[in-house]
Amino acid sequence: MTVPGDSAATQVIRRSRVAQESSEVIAARTVGAFRHLTLVAPGVAESAGPGQLVAVAVGGPGAELPLRRLVLLHRATPSGAYGGTVELVIDPADPTTAWLAARRPHDQIDVVGPLGRRFPLPSEALPCVVVGEGAGGGALLWLAEVLRTRGCRVDLVLGGESARRLLGVVDARRLCDGVTVTTLDGSAGVHGEPADVLPTLLERSRAAVVYAAGPLSLLRATAAAAERAGAVSMVAVNGPGGSVAGCGTGVCAGCVVPVRDEGGGVTHLVRSCTEGPVLRGDRVRWDALVDGRWRIPSDARSVAPHQGE
Amino acid sequence: MVDLSVSLAGHRLSNPVMTASGCAGHGRELNRFLDVAALGAMVTASVTAEPRAGSDAPRMLETPAGLVADTGLSNPGVAALLRDLPWLHSVGATVIVSIAGSTSAEYARVADQLRSSDDFARVMGLEVNLSVPNASAAGRSFDDDPLSAATVVGRVRERLPRRTALFAKLAVDARDLVEVAAACLEAGAHGLTLGNGPRGMTIHVDSPTHRPVSVVGRASGAAVRPMAVLAVQRVHQAMLAGRMSPAPIIGVGGVTSGRDALELLRAGATAVQVGSATFADPRAPARVRDDLARLLDSWGCASLGDALPTVVQSAAVPAGRSDPAAGRAPMTNDH
Repeated sequence: MTVPGDSAATQVIRRSRVAQESSEVIAARTVGAFRHLTLVAPGVAESAGPGQLVAVAVGGPGAELPLRRLVLLHRATPSGAYGGTVELVIDPADPTTAWLAARRPHDQIDVVGPLGRRFPLPSEALPCVVVGEGAGGGALLWLAEVLRTRGCRVDLVLGGESARRLLGVVDARRLCDGVTVTTLDGSAGVHGEPADVLPTLLERSRAAVVYAAGPLSLLRATAAAAERAGAVSMVAVNGPGGSVAGCGTGVCAGCVVPVRDEGGGVTHLVRSCTEGPVLRGDRVRWDALVDGRWRIPSDARSVAPHQGE
Repeated sequence: MVDLSVSLAGHRLSNPVMTASGCAGHGRELNRFLDVAALGAMVTASVTAEPRAGSDAPRMLETPAGLVADTGLSNPGVAALLRDLPWLHSVGATVIVSIAGSTSAEYARVADQLRSSDDFARVMGLEVNLSVPNASAAGRSFDDDPLSAATVVGRVRERLPRRTALFAKLAVDARDLVEVAAACLEAGAHGLTLGNGPRGMTIHVDSPTHRPVSVVGRASGAAVRPMAVLAVQRVHQAMLAGRMSPAPIIGVGGVTSGRDALELLRAGATAVQVGSATFADPRAPARVRDDLARLLDSWGCASLGDALPTVVQSAAVPAGRSDPAAGRAPMTNDH
């Protein structure tokens, strides 16, 4: 359960098996407020795990946009009727991914992945809390399933603005030991946000590890709650400060996040697409998050383009 | 299959397609998607004497056909680059190292550190990125002024072994581009890279008005290709007209296909770099190279030179209008 320092970045790149493939959409359906896409992408699916990203080219032939969209994998299935598939959940209200949300079956999408590092799993069967919100939170059902197969007790918190923006509640009740739902408008579950229920849940479940995916504000609140409860937090930080556009491959340095090193002293910048997206919540410099975007702390030392060993 | 090889500042390259500085890391990232050794050259991201954290987010925003980006020279420092050189050499890459600094002294320090490393001996060349704010000139770029640019080039040149090719990279919107280019060549550069994108700004209209999101930086992508083509053509014409010594030009700006590459080559470039297209497609540099080969094959060309004019007419910039060099007698384009 450690976040490797800068020198490990190179090892990540060397180890990782990344595929680039033109993927056919085989299913596109509406789930509440979201669009759920299933793509045939055997090369990506083969080595993907919960917490990893794909970088998707958007715009279509002749109109490709200059940056890819980085999307947290909802699920990857290495073998199935169509060969390996990956699933993505897209928020149609997000203008940066509007093109993706409009895809139909048989459309082709150029996908690069899997990218970055997955959620690390506890080596023993420890109680875990998993917190997700919005489209990004969808990836956590996959994580919850993996944790359960390792014998971990899993309490899931799903948050959303309204009942329509809650992803996978039915599946969650089947997969997890406990499910707490929060909505900002009170249309389902607890009236509020995940941060409101976390302290009590962490205490009751005696969770050793808290996992989170979703907006940066949720990740920040989760990291704080975990720290107060003495739990380790692992958060999937996706996108350069509110945006989710970049290269995905580690060359553009657009997605850097300031992170304290293992000793807790020096701050380095890490690329969320390469050293991330999963980072230890207590190491992320949340004090540098201003108006939803990362300011580079004046004491930040080194930078993204990968470090030598 | 067409022979794409070119001769560049005394070095033979298997093909004219390189990565562009800042768009390809130090090579490892892209080598997962293409063979960096099979590119004409691998140009590494600009390094400074010490690591730099760089700019706040957002660092880049999309424009209709490109990007505006400012990373604030975010880089891990020259020492980190030196640690990556053995790997680049081990895979057989032809390496051009890009360097930057805030003062001419910093450029010189970076050159010193490079030269003192054994791993630098196998590096083909150095690209001096001059589209960088000059701390001693109120933040004006080095390439906005012939003297500032020449000072940097001169100080770097005197620190390098003779066999190391030296390229000065200038912005396509540099003030007095032709004069600055000439000054760099006089100061010892073997060639020019034209060029860094023009300054630009984009304002994100999807963000709430009370939290405006904008980027002021350098524009890149397909939108700036006409500016790059003109910059290459203007400087090339000035060379043909005898206004500066003839030297190879590496064209860069908005190349996404073999046709785009050929456009810069026809404007007078000897080689081309693929920049931000690599963000959209990590295979872009290899794809551009293969695309160029296919295009020339389809025309029955035996070599790259068959697709290039032997004489470049100066029609693109009418005489006496904006470029005093353009009206002079065109000479042979010695590709």
